[in-house]
Amino acid sequence: MSLELKNLNYIYNEGTPMESHALKDINLTIRDGEFVGLIGHTGSGKSTLTQHLNALLEATSGEYYYNGENVYGENFSKKELRRKVGLVFQYPEHQLFEVDVLTDVCFGPKNLGLSEEEARSRAKEALKMVGMGENYYEKSPFDLSGGEKRRVAIAGVLAMHPEVLILDEPTAGLDPKGRDEILDEIAKLQKEQHMTVILVSHSMEDVATYVDRLIVMYQSGILFDDTPKAVFRHRKEMEEAHLAVPQMSELMRMLKEKGIDLGEDIITVAEAKDAIMKRWKEKNGSGR
Amino acid sequence: MIRDITLGQYYPVDSCIHRLDPRVKLLGTLIYVVSLFVVDNAVGYLVGGLALGIVIYLSRVPVTYIMRGLKPILFLLCFSVALNVFLTPGDTVLLQLGFLRVTWEGLTRAFFMGIRLIFLIMGSSLMTFTTTPNQLTDGLETGLRALKKVGVPVHEIAMMMSIALRFIPILIEETDKIMKAQMARGADFESGNVLQRAKALLPILVPLFISSFRRASDLAMAMEARCYHGGEGRTKMKPLKYKRTDLIAYGILAAYLVLMILLGILF
Repeated sequence: MSLELKNLNYIYNEGTPMESHALKDINLTIRDGEFVGLIGHTGSGKSTLTQHLNALLEATSGEYYYNGENVYGENFSKKELRRKVGLVFQYPEHQLFEVDVLTDVCFGPKNLGLSEEEARSRAKEALKMVGMGENYYEKSPFDLSGGEKRRVAIAGVLAMHPEVLILDEPTAGLDPKGRDEILDEIAKLQKEQHMTVILVSHSMEDVATYVDRLIVMYQSGILFDDTPKAVFRHRKEMEEAHLAVPQMSELMRMLKEKGIDLGEDIITVAEAKDAIMKRWKEKNGSGR
Repeated sequence: MIRDITLGQYYPVDSCIHRLDPRVKLLGTLIYVVSLFVVDNAVGYLVGGLALGIVIYLSRVPVTYIMRGLKPILFLLCFSVALNVFLTPGDTVLLQLGFLRVTWEGLTRAFFMGIRLIFLIMGSSLMTFTTTPNQLTDGLETGLRALKKVGVPVHEIAMMMSIALRFIPILIEETDKIMKAQMARGADFESGNVLQRAKALLPILVPLFISSFRRASDLAMAMEARCYHGGEGRTKMKPLKYKRTDLIAYGILAAYLVLMILLGILF
């Protein structure tokens, strides 16, 4: 199972003064079960790219193959693709509309033509995945907190049983606790359900901690496509693309300048802690 | 998709028409509309069309772009032309189909009627293409200042107008986003009968209403936080001031109006 983009171009408002080339010659293959991070400065084309992946936008030129099938071919069902590629928009809680949480999550499955009963069981399962218990089913979605609303919205997409899950800034505007909870749950889903996950983010710390592969977008094209560690070695180029490296990489670089070289490729707090503890033990003897 | 709506959208290029004072453009549009109703003969329409052509050329807005604004009124246009063709009484009968009669008078009248409507729409849309909503309300506020003396809340009306205009693109974008989000959840807005389609709009309308209220209350809060208290004693960052070109434009407008009235009387 894979998503494959070939020489994809997209131009907004073609032929008017408002014309803008939002995607330039994108070549990209995403394999089954990958946990991919997508980062880039505002306006770099991230959101436009994600909307192509479930065919909400159609490329101006180029090809897109889903499992080898041509998405822009005549017999391809875009509705079916939208089920397989679940897209959670930015601030998804703004799209809630039903009278209670359970009915709202049922909206997706019902659109697939499932029976009332089956839709409800899928909705319950999805709500459980995002950590929302039975006591929430009857509540109005508008009475929930921001983090809870967002989980309900994510459950609304999960209930459609997507093969690929794309999340556009799922943690924007959440407090650190809500952020960690949501990301942990997504990471768990990715491992347990073997789901392909694409995480669009502004936070270098988030992508450094969770993803296996990192795609950096800059000026409508792909700047880097590698493991997070390899990407964050390009500190200069990242800064030119108006992006920073994670705080821990920055800290390790500063320590190195002071003569304490703990090794390259430390990008998360956990890794930094391990490296510092290791050095501490070496210095103070293994007895401590 | 829904973003393609061009009605009354500002067309961002730099031209001498764009740089004119909005008050000149407002009055100019009014004069143009009036002038089209003053004349009723070929020479008059020719002059009116020529004037429109020159202004369009000067504004550097592509003609095709302006034509696109005609699409929504195409039905109305055809309807009124057809009515005029068949229902104008006259002596020179060209064609008789049962009770329907096409006369020479009807044909010419319908032709001029159609031209008049097209000029009207093109002329007034040209104003919105060359004037930003903010300039427009600014122009209205200053232009109608005299009415304040008789108790018309001119500033408040202008403020409401500019807020409403400002929110149109935001709401269009929001609608687009919500539509896409619900489509990502399998919603279908394109098939089914009228009732099904109306019902399919619910997942768009509910979030849209909620976000409109949220935005309205946020805006009210932000305005109060900056001590907004109405127009009394409020100054502008860019006060409207007539330049030389504006006065020249007024002169041209006056000359145009006189010419059109003369043409209307003479022919």
